Amino acid sequence: MGRKVLQKWQDLDDKAAGARGTGQLSDVKTMSAAGADGAGIDRSAGTPLLEAFGLTKRFGDILANESVDLRINQGEIHALLGENGAGKSTLVKSFYGSLEPDSGEIFWLGKRVRIDNPSEARRLGIGMVFQHFSLFEALTVVENIALALPKPGPMGELARRIRTISEDYGLPLNPDDVVADLPVGIRQRIEIIRCLLQEPRLIIMDEPTSVLTPQEADRLFVTLQRLASEGCAVLYISHRLEEVQRICHHATILRHGRKVAECDPSLETAGSLARMMVGAEVAHVSARDTAPATGPVRLRLTGLSASALTPFATALSGIDLEVHGGEVVAIAGVAGNGQGELFDVISGEREVPSAMIQLDDMPCGHRSITWRRQKSAAFVPEERLGHGSVPGLELSGNVTLTRHSTGDGLIATLGLLSRQAAHALEKKIKGTYDVRMSHDNPEARSLSGGNLQKFVVGRELDRNPGILVINQPTWGVDAGAAALIRQALIDLARSGSAVLVISQDLDEIFEVADRIAVISRGMLSRAEPVAEMTRERIGLLMAGGAEDESARQATSRTGAGGAA
Amino acid sequence: MRIELVKRKEHSHLMTVLSPLLAVVLTLLTAALLFALAGKDPMIGLYKFFVEPLFDSWSLQELLVKATPLVLIAAGLLLCYLSNNWNIGAEGQFVFGAICGSFVPILFPDFQTVFTLPLMLFFGILGGAAWALIPALLKVRFSTNEILSSLMLVYVANLLLDYLVRGPWRDPEGYNFPESRMFSDAAIMPSIGLGRLTIAAPITIVVIVALAILLSRTLKGFEIRVMGESPRAGEFAGFSRGRLTLFVFAISGGLAGLAGTMEVSGSLNQLLPVISPGYGFTAIIVAFLGRLNPFGILIAGFVLALSYIGGEAVQSSVGISDKISDVIQGMLLFYVLACDTLILYKPRLVRSRRVGTREA
Repeated sequence: MGRKVLQKWQDLDDKAAGARGTGQLSDVKTMSAAGADGAGIDRSAGTPLLEAFGLTKRFGDILANESVDLRINQGEIHALLGENGAGKSTLVKSFYGSLEPDSGEIFWLGKRVRIDNPSEARRLGIGMVFQHFSLFEALTVVENIALALPKPGPMGELARRIRTISEDYGLPLNPDDVVADLPVGIRQRIEIIRCLLQEPRLIIMDEPTSVLTPQEADRLFVTLQRLASEGCAVLYISHRLEEVQRICHHATILRHGRKVAECDPSLETAGSLARMMVGAEVAHVSARDTAPATGPVRLRLTGLSASALTPFATALSGIDLEVHGGEVVAIAGVAGNGQGELFDVISGEREVPSAMIQLDDMPCGHRSITWRRQKSAAFVPEERLGHGSVPGLELSGNVTLTRHSTGDGLIATLGLLSRQAAHALEKKIKGTYDVRMSHDNPEARSLSGGNLQKFVVGRELDRNPGILVINQPTWGVDAGAAALIRQALIDLARSGSAVLVISQDLDEIFEVADRIAVISRGMLSRAEPVAEMTRERIGLLMAGGAEDESARQATSRTGAGGAA
Repeated sequence: MRIELVKRKEHSHLMTVLSPLLAVVLTLLTAALLFALAGKDPMIGLYKFFVEPLFDSWSLQELLVKATPLVLIAAGLLLCYLSNNWNIGAEGQFVFGAICGSFVPILFPDFQTVFTLPLMLFFGILGGAAWALIPALLKVRFSTNEILSSLMLVYVANLLLDYLVRGPWRDPEGYNFPESRMFSDAAIMPSIGLGRLTIAAPITIVVIVALAILLSRTLKGFEIRVMGESPRAGEFAGFSRGRLTLFVFAISGGLAGLAGTMEVSGSLNQLLPVISPGYGFTAIIVAFLGRLNPFGILIAGFVLALSYIGGEAVQSSVGISDKISDVIQGMLLFYVLACDTLILYKPRLVRSRRVGTREA
């Protein structure tokens, strides 16, 4: 029996080698030489790769997808656009077999199919690269990939294939690297290569560039165009309209679960795309109508260092930063370069020596988060569910979570909690920040990502804090809500508060920041006025230049950040 | 056909109430099956086990006597479990508390004042809390798994008790029986009425009410719930995980110690090698069957007390070993935990079909 299995592996490997090694590949090479966007293929001709008609999926009272039609041609990079909660994920999960639509039909190469589970999807040739990676950090690249393949074959052989294919597609990977040592951009490559190894006809990508530097994103685009030129289609979910315009051949726009438009994004403007998504004009953030009045320094970090608490964390090393009242300072950087660690020490969830952090000239590195809140600081963490809020707690309870000791009257006489006060605050936040919910005071977990973010941000803004530290203010939030949040951050700063924004989204940073610093491997570059920063410069700093800027000691940990 | 579990958006309030009831029904069905397998009439078995004790004044009173320590211990465990601290060693805290409470009447038999009993209860609480703080400190300081350390300390406490009643604390006038001397009247819980019921029962009620207020209305209660569900969010709220662990273990051990002292002082009136029919373990089931809710455990306490009495009843009248109580208790916990899935998930029947592509 063992021999039989071995034989099968052999066959599989031969097949793979054959497919890659011979004519197919050389065709591809000539084609990609002819034109990066696959000019050699007439995408509209022939049988569509995937067609869906009338897909409907209902969750309880909510129609996540309502009679959605979609058509993806072979070799097409197809954008799926929509606000948060528009039904993009639901739709994509129906194609990947992890959700079953209530009604509707899916045709694959003209044949009606039923995709019951992801392995069935993979068998058809549908692969998916998720927004959140599912990699084991303690294992190597090849081990992680072997775990995901139905028949991985011998490890040496697989490693060789990974090396070949990854280099072939311009996303080089060393199969023997341990995942924990790799930056997020490389981890994404692993997911992509894992997908490619199964020779998909359609790759679904959920916000792939949210974790990449501009240079890494460019590289990914080249790969995607190459794939398209080979006839592999890509279903591309993104919030970044500029990106979609640049690389996508076709776009389907969803709103409230329905398909509202189809277009060729290159013929549209970012404004017109946003309008289709939101269904109304998106408010522009008015940042630089008033020049930043630099008040006194309200948040000061001096030689801030902290060791890595786990093997997979990043150490902070010698961070200096001053944020004045009246300005927004943004920290750019690729995920996993110490942003979370920096947030934790500034918020007080982790203690550091007292003098390293000063709020309004009060040394407070060793003080609790509650003490800092009482000194009018406010914090919004990256992870809104499970860090910024308790999933199973109703919203009024989540108001109490951060505001129990800030003098908002949430604790009444005899130390008893005042439910009325919490509920009143919750209603106020809901009204001011347009938090939409299906019924009054629901559990936090039932809110969509964007709405919960509006709540979590609104909860802190409502206090009118003197110092606000916010990590990823609009991560996964739709355009309308993002504009609202960004405007609120700027308005808060203009009213005299110090605002520190940690973000991976460069568009956002240029929209809100007065000064920009870049974090890389736990080190921070000098914060410079936004006028003196360019995307290219930030990209270089992200990719490891931040620590070269000053003669700082190298940290104990390496490996993060150096993506390019 | 297959059953799929679909995650609910919010937890189901209906299932929160229904799940323990469903568990009890499933337990009854399985118990009936067990009686049938043992060759007894299941209806008679169930009747003798679950119903008859409720119509007899002696056994009703006994029900209260047995429910009291169960509810009191479960009250403490509730705080632990809500805050995600797995104290499995209430049995040991019960026993060590009883030892600490008993040293007063055993070593100082002539100290007989109105302060004797309060002092005993005080030492009982202190002893139970101290015993519980051992695994708590180990967890906070060394990240030791509290499930193991608290459980292992049960056996230490039991052996310590065994040693004491066979050795240094053996009654000098007790004909070498492994028993301590009998407590003086000043060291015995005042009884209510004529039977074995003592003021332990009303004390327990007071504790439950205090606990309900603590949990639903105070910041500490809020902290406990938040820390249990989402420790990261709890720390973001400014709560300390370590301090909370010490707090809930201390309260939980203290209540178990109080229950232990009241048990020896109120029911046994002396120390014996074995002073608990597994109250500390059964209380775990009480806590879960009671939905980790103070008033829920009041009801669950009676259900589990009934299983003790019912076990004795079927042994004498039907002829089935009273070990059936242990089986029924275990099944109950099993079913409760299984049924709790329904609180966050909705079962859905899916038509079976072949996995694979089908052409239209």
